Amino acid sequence: MIRSELIQKIADENPHLYQRDVERIVSTIFEEVTNAMARGDRVELRGFGAFSVKKRDARIGRNPRTGETVHVEEKHVPFFKTGKLLRDRLNGN
Amino acid sequence: MGEKTLTRMDLSEAVYREVGLSRNESAQLVESVLDHISDALVSGEQVKISSFGTFSVRDKSARIGRNPKTGEEVPILPRRVLTFRPSHLMKERVALGNKP
Repeated sequence: MIRSELIQKIADENPHLYQRDVERIVSTIFEEVTNAMARGDRVELRGFGAFSVKKRDARIGRNPRTGETVHVEEKHVPFFKTGKLLRDRLNGN
Repeated sequence: MGEKTLTRMDLSEAVYREVGLSRNESAQLVESVLDHISDALVSGEQVKISSFGTFSVRDKSARIGRNPKTGEEVPILPRRVLTFRPSHLMKERVALGNKP
C-alpha cells in the first residue's frame, strides 16, 4: 500500500470529505510525527508503535573504496518500535 | 532537544487545527489511518508512505535463544516482525533538527 492508496481508502470511508481535505489530513498526521522527531520528541501510538530519536555517537569511519579513515560526526536518527498489539496481530494472536 | 511525548491526541489536535473538522472526527480519522496501515501490514503488505518511510514485514525463522539472566536455552519460534525504514527526507530533517 502506498500513500495514495491509503488516502483513497480514507476518502472512500468518508464521502462527505473533499479528496483534497483527506490528502491534507493524511499529510498532517505524517508531518506531525516527523516534526516531533525533528524537535527530539517521541510519538507514542499505543497498540501501533512508538517513533523516537536515537543518538549515534561520533566515530572514526572508513571509506570502503579507498580505505581512507574519515571522521563521522555524532548524529540523530529516527527509530520505530512496534507496539505490542500490532506485534501480536502480525503473529496471528 | 525536546523530551516531550506526543500521543494520538496531539495528532488529532493537529488535524483539527489544519482542517477544521470536529475534534471527535479528527480523532477518528487519525485512528482510521493507523488502522489501515496496521491491516495492510497484518495481511503481509508493505506500506510505503512517500517522504515519510516504509513499513515492511519480515519473516524470522526459529532459533535457539538464551535467557540472559539464567543462561538457560529457550526456543524462539518463527515469527513475523515489522521494520520501519525512514525516508531520506525524514532522516535529513531529524538529523538537522537535533544537531548539537
